[in-house]
Amino acid sequence: MIWQIDTAMLLLVVVVAIASLQVKDLLGAGILFGAYSFMMCVLWTVMGAVDVAFTEATVGAGVSTVLFIAAVFRTSRRTKD
Amino acid sequence: MKKLASVTILLLGIMLIAITAEFPRWGDPQSPASTYLSPHFIEKTIEETSVPNIVTAVLGDYRGYDTMFETTVVFCAGAACFFILGAFRREDDDQIRYFRHKDTGVVLKVKPNGTRPNSRSDFERIDPTWTPYDFIVSRVASLMIPFIQLFGLYVVAHGHHSPGGGFQGGVILAAGFLLLALSHNLRTLSARVSNKTLGLMSASGVLIYAGWGALALLFGGNFLDYSVLGVLLGLDPIAARSMGILIVEIGVALTVMSTMVIIYNNVASVGAYDEGL
Amino acid sequence: MMEFLETVLTAKYNYWIYIILMMIGIWAMIAKVNLIKKIIGMNIFQTAIILFYVSIGAKKGGTIPILEHAPGHGHDYIMDADKYINPLPHVLMLTAIVVSVATLGVALALALKVYREHQTLDEDEILSHLSE
Repeated sequence: MIWQIDTAMLLLVVVVAIASLQVKDLLGAGILFGAYSFMMCVLWTVMGAVDVAFTEATVGAGVSTVLFIAAVFRTSRRTKD
Repeated sequence: MKKLASVTILLLGIMLIAITAEFPRWGDPQSPASTYLSPHFIEKTIEETSVPNIVTAVLGDYRGYDTMFETTVVFCAGAACFFILGAFRREDDDQIRYFRHKDTGVVLKVKPNGTRPNSRSDFERIDPTWTPYDFIVSRVASLMIPFIQLFGLYVVAHGHHSPGGGFQGGVILAAGFLLLALSHNLRTLSARVSNKTLGLMSASGVLIYAGWGALALLFGGNFLDYSVLGVLLGLDPIAARSMGILIVEIGVALTVMSTMVIIYNNVASVGAYDEGL
Repeated sequence: MMEFLETVLTAKYNYWIYIILMMIGIWAMIAKVNLIKKIIGMNIFQTAIILFYVSIGAKKGGTIPILEHAPGHGHDYIMDADKYINPLPHVLMLTAIVVSVATLGVALALALKVYREHQTLDEDEILSHLSE
C-alpha cells in the first residue's frame, strides 16, 4: 500500500473519532460515528480484509447509524459535553 | 474524576506504546500469527472444501462452533432488546389525539373533549410524535427496496466465491426492511412482517444452523462435520462441505436479518411498535 | 536519525495509531457525561481492537484471501501461503463486528429505558435525580 495515503487515512480516523466525541449535538455525533465507520472500512479494504470491510460497511456505516438516529430521536439531542 | 481518568489513560497508553517495541514489524509475512495455522488454511482449503473464499470456509466449516455461538449471541441480543423495552407501555395521557384515515392517509387532530371518530374500522389511532412522510422519498425507496433485497440474496448465495456470506447478506436484507420503515413508518413494516414472524425467523435461523450440525451426528460424523451429509445431498464429501457451508450461512442470514429488524423496531418505537421515526 | 525513521517509525506507527484510538475510546467511556457519548466511545474501543487484529494478519505484498480458481477441481494446485493475507483474524473479527452492533442495540435500549425513568441522558443529572 502507499504509505502516504495510509498515514493520511489513519490520522483522519483519529480526527473523526475525536470530532464525534466532542461535537455538542448528539445527532451530529451519530452521523460522525457513521463517517468514522466508513473510514475504518476503507482502511480495512486497504489492508486486504475485504470481508471485514464489507461487514463494517453494512453494519457500522449502515445499521449502527440508523440505530443511533432512532435513539436520539426518542431521547434528546442535548448534551453537556 | 476527569483528570484522574486522563492521567490513568495517558499512562496506560504510554505503557502499551512501549510494548509495541516487542511486536513484529507491520505486514511481516513471517510474524508468529501467520506461520502456524494460517498456511494450512491457505493451502488446504480448496482441497478439503472446494471453497475459494478462505474466510467463508473457515467461518462456516473449520470454526463452525464459533460462528454458531456468535449467531446465538445475536439472537440473544434481539431477545434482550425485546425484553428491556417491550415490557412497558407508553402512558396514555388524555391530551390531543391523532387519528388517521386508513385509505386516504388524512390525519385528524382531536382536541380534549372533542368528538372522536366513531367508526373505528376506518380510522386508526396514531401516537403524538408521528411525522408525515414525503411522497417522493417513499416512492423512490419503494422502487429501491426490491433491488436491495435481491443484492442481499446474491451476497448470501455468492459468499463462496466473493466477499460476503451470511452476516453481510443478512444485514443488507435487514437494511431493505429498515428503509421501508424509515421512508414510510413502522406500521407499514409491521403490516408486512409482524413482530411474531420476526421472532420466529430469528429463532429458526439458529435452529437451521444447530440442526444441520446435529444432523451430521445421525449420519455417523461429528457435530458440524458436513462431509458425512453427502449421502443426504447426493454429493461427494468435499462438495458436501461446500454445500453445508451454504446452508449454515442461510441460517446465519435469517437470524441476523430478523434480529436487526427487531432491534430497530424496539429502539425506534421504545417498545410500543407504533409510528417509529 | 534516518535509520530510526526506517526501522522504528515505519514499522510501528500503525500500532501507535491503534493504541491512540483505543485510549480515545476508553477515555470517552470514563470521562464523558452523556450516555450516548459513552456508547460511541465503547464502539470506538471495539473498532480499535478489531483494527489491531486485522493488522496482525496483514502481509506486505500479499493479496486478499480469495483463491484463484484452479483448472479442474484444484487438487494438485500448489500455492504459496506467503502470497495470501492471513484469513484467520478476518474470520474472528467479522463475527465481532456483528456482535458489536448487537451490543450497541442492547446498550441503546438500556439508554432509552434510563431516559424514560429520569428524562435525561447526562450522568450527573441522573445521579442527582437518584439521590433526591
